Amino acid sequence: MEPLHKVKVEFSGVSFSYGKTPVLREVSVTIEPGEFFALLGPSGSGKSTLLRLLAGFLQPQSGTMRVGGEDLTRVPPWQRDIGMVFQNYALWPHMTVRQNVAFGLEEHRLPSEEIGRKVAAALDLVGLGDLGARRPSQLSGGQQQRVALARTIAIEPKVLLLDEPLSNLDAKLRIHMRVELLALQRKLGITTLFVTHDQEEALSIADRVAVLDGGVIQQVGTPMELYDHPANRFTANFVGTINLLHGTLEQQDGATVFRSELLGAITLGRVAAPGGAAEIAIRPHALKLASLHAAGDPALVWVEGKVAEREFLGEFVRYTVRVGDTDLVADQPHYGGEPGFAPGAAVKVGINPAQVKLLRA
Amino acid sequence: MFARYSLAQLAVALAIAAFLLVFLIIPVVTVAYVAFADGAGGFTLSHFGSFFRLSLMRESFWNSLYVGLWSVAIATLIAVPLAYFTVRFEFRGALVIQTLGVLPLIMPPFVGAVAMQLIFGRSGSVNLLLNEWFGFTLPIMDGLNGVIFVEALHYFPFILMNLVVALNNIDSSMEESAQNLGASGLRLFRRIVFPLAMPGYVAGAALVFIKVFDDLGTPLVLHQTNLLAPQAYLRITQIGIDDPIGYVASVIMVVASLFALWASTWVMRGKDYATLQRGYAGLAKRRLGPGQTVLAYGWIVLVLAVVLAPHLGILLLSIAKVWSFSVLPDAYTFDHYTTVFRDSPRMIWNTMLYCGIAAALDVVIATAIAYLMLRTRVPGRNALDFTVTIALAIPGVVLGIGYLRTFRGIEIPFTGELLTSSWILIALGYTVRRLPYALRSCVAALQQLHVSLEEAAENLGASKRRTILRVVVPLMAGGMLAGFITSFMTAAVELSMTIMLVSSQNDAPMSYGIYLYLQSAAGRGPGAALGILAVALVAVGTYLSYRIIGSRVGAAQARDIQRIGM
Repeated sequence: MEPLHKVKVEFSGVSFSYGKTPVLREVSVTIEPGEFFALLGPSGSGKSTLLRLLAGFLQPQSGTMRVGGEDLTRVPPWQRDIGMVFQNYALWPHMTVRQNVAFGLEEHRLPSEEIGRKVAAALDLVGLGDLGARRPSQLSGGQQQRVALARTIAIEPKVLLLDEPLSNLDAKLRIHMRVELLALQRKLGITTLFVTHDQEEALSIADRVAVLDGGVIQQVGTPMELYDHPANRFTANFVGTINLLHGTLEQQDGATVFRSELLGAITLGRVAAPGGAAEIAIRPHALKLASLHAAGDPALVWVEGKVAEREFLGEFVRYTVRVGDTDLVADQPHYGGEPGFAPGAAVKVGINPAQVKLLRA
Repeated sequence: MFARYSLAQLAVALAIAAFLLVFLIIPVVTVAYVAFADGAGGFTLSHFGSFFRLSLMRESFWNSLYVGLWSVAIATLIAVPLAYFTVRFEFRGALVIQTLGVLPLIMPPFVGAVAMQLIFGRSGSVNLLLNEWFGFTLPIMDGLNGVIFVEALHYFPFILMNLVVALNNIDSSMEESAQNLGASGLRLFRRIVFPLAMPGYVAGAALVFIKVFDDLGTPLVLHQTNLLAPQAYLRITQIGIDDPIGYVASVIMVVASLFALWASTWVMRGKDYATLQRGYAGLAKRRLGPGQTVLAYGWIVLVLAVVLAPHLGILLLSIAKVWSFSVLPDAYTFDHYTTVFRDSPRMIWNTMLYCGIAAALDVVIATAIAYLMLRTRVPGRNALDFTVTIALAIPGVVLGIGYLRTFRGIEIPFTGELLTSSWILIALGYTVRRLPYALRSCVAALQQLHVSLEEAAENLGASKRRTILRVVVPLMAGGMLAGFITSFMTAAVELSMTIMLVSSQNDAPMSYGIYLYLQSAAGRGPGAALGILAVALVAVGTYLSYRIIGSRVGAAQARDIQRIGM
């Protein structure tokens, strides 16, 4: 199949509620042409609703949605040309694989020989060229998903929507399929929106990610931006594992200092931030553990604590260290033959001020 | 479990099998035997030859097929739009329309048939008005048309109900994905919705066909005797129990009904379209456009008016002094009710007795079969289910003839009364005929009951018997009650077999009484009054049993089912 024309998708001020329950509040986000864009959030965050609004199955109470500059807000679903792959694949059991894939082309009134050609091309593209005569019930979960994908891209839609596409697959297949999905998207160049609650999935394949919670977009950015610079407490917590600490900010000698009972003073350098109550975030792997009598790197801020739990995860060991009445999670790389620290061991935890992220209040 | 099944389970299975053998299989086989026997113990097709040489029989055969198929076609035209509009669109009164489903259960077509003649007949209300206003009339109730019209109007809810369930079971994403790929409107319905709802439709259509084939009362009341059921009845009652032609007609009826039942499963074989996924909300109901709204409401109001006509008509008839050649009755009276109360307390009591016994036996047997099927490995458990289902396709006339022939000359021990002239046979006949309904309710109730609930009871020390008593039966109670009510209601209005088996006025139930009244013009008023009483009795009984047992059981059951996530 030829690469498709790339279009831009714009949501502006989109609000939606079920009766009196608001699901999405004033959502505005722009997806660039050809982008692989993930909507990431916990269940109930409104991410699937946003997808269904764009597909036309729901009508927003306010706001507009534009695709390639054209306002689609009031267009019925069957005239939108926005292909959607459903979470449960929604393959029609009364039709064969080939009939399923041909359906959309027939509805678009294409001549039959062109339909035949395009169905074959779409099935080849997903590697199911020889299964056209089967019924959906005769296929494995992975194959069913490929058929759903072929059925959607066969009509060459302007935008591709994927609703939790990997959630019904087992763990191994999921990782394999996400690589394939990305390769397919790159090959077709189609602007793609991808809904998931799995942050690893979103971070690993999306060009950019929008994090949703409570019907509000919390942050939009590349996976690395989200990970390294979470804009708020929700994103920090939802994307990866993180330690959050409360304290106050002060200006001292032209630098910003974060002060807390637990850590004392940490100089954050020149950060433009108002004084007062603040919260900082530190990734587990940015914490360093050492035994009490070891000489610590003086560039780090050290506090003493006790190992409460340890989880061995292969490449690293995840320690939960109790410092005062706070638990800090610290990931320490593991190399063969190193026993690490036992639960109950007294340790000191080193914090690198350069790795401390100040969260917006 | 150590054994694959226990002796107690086997004993229960054998007892049920013996009951079905004596009161279902042997009578039906006897009918077939007589139809093929040459009188000297040999096999012959000569009775079939004589049957088809009689022009009246040939005509009856084709007429029965004609009436059956047209009734299905017209019932389809009524039911499909009703089901689709009310399930898929925002629609006022959807509940009212779906409630219509119980109407044919509580009022059989032969009761409404008389009222239909008064309303739609050649000189009925509608044609009088049409003639006065536009100068033409519609031959709706003439000849076989009348039978078709009455049957379709009474039995379309079987298609409606099955279709509503099927439509509700279609996962919303099935239709959404079709819309997403460009399908809408009638094409969406034709290519996706209807094929997916097909199993429900076919099941309903087969049921309508079987019901129409089975119905004896309507043709008799409308004086259309050139159909198979009336012919079988007339041959046996007028010529005699030994006349083979009646048996041949019976065999043909059974074969046609079994064929319809088999065809409906054959068409749907391998098509498991239960597409509903867990965690998916139903489809958002769509809004109709202004033009569509007018059309849809117009159609539905028209259908409702026609469907309710026989019921209103029977009510009017029951309080009419004179109603003939006029749009509405000329004068009103409550005399008919007085007559009925004077003449028929015995019939009301008989109905309560027979149907109460039948429904109670049905629930006990159905619960036992459901348990054997779903929870044990007793050999032949599925054969029990199959046999009971077959009962659905045995016309009442045929079962009645089978009983008369099979139990001919057999006396009830100690009383010396002939079994064939005893009311006990009527009650047992009802039990057999209504068992399929009770079985479906009980199987559904037990299927919803997760086996882990029973395992938990056993794990805590309850024996199998105690588990059934303390866990299974209480949780199935809702389904058992539904089975009891359905069996009771439908037995109360059974006529095809009742006509064959009632041997004295004293033993007659209400349905037979209504039929007798409706035979004569003078009896129409009391017949209608008795019909209204029967409907009221059934309605009140249903309501009370829901009030007494249903609300408590129903609520508890709903809670439990929710809790275990089904």
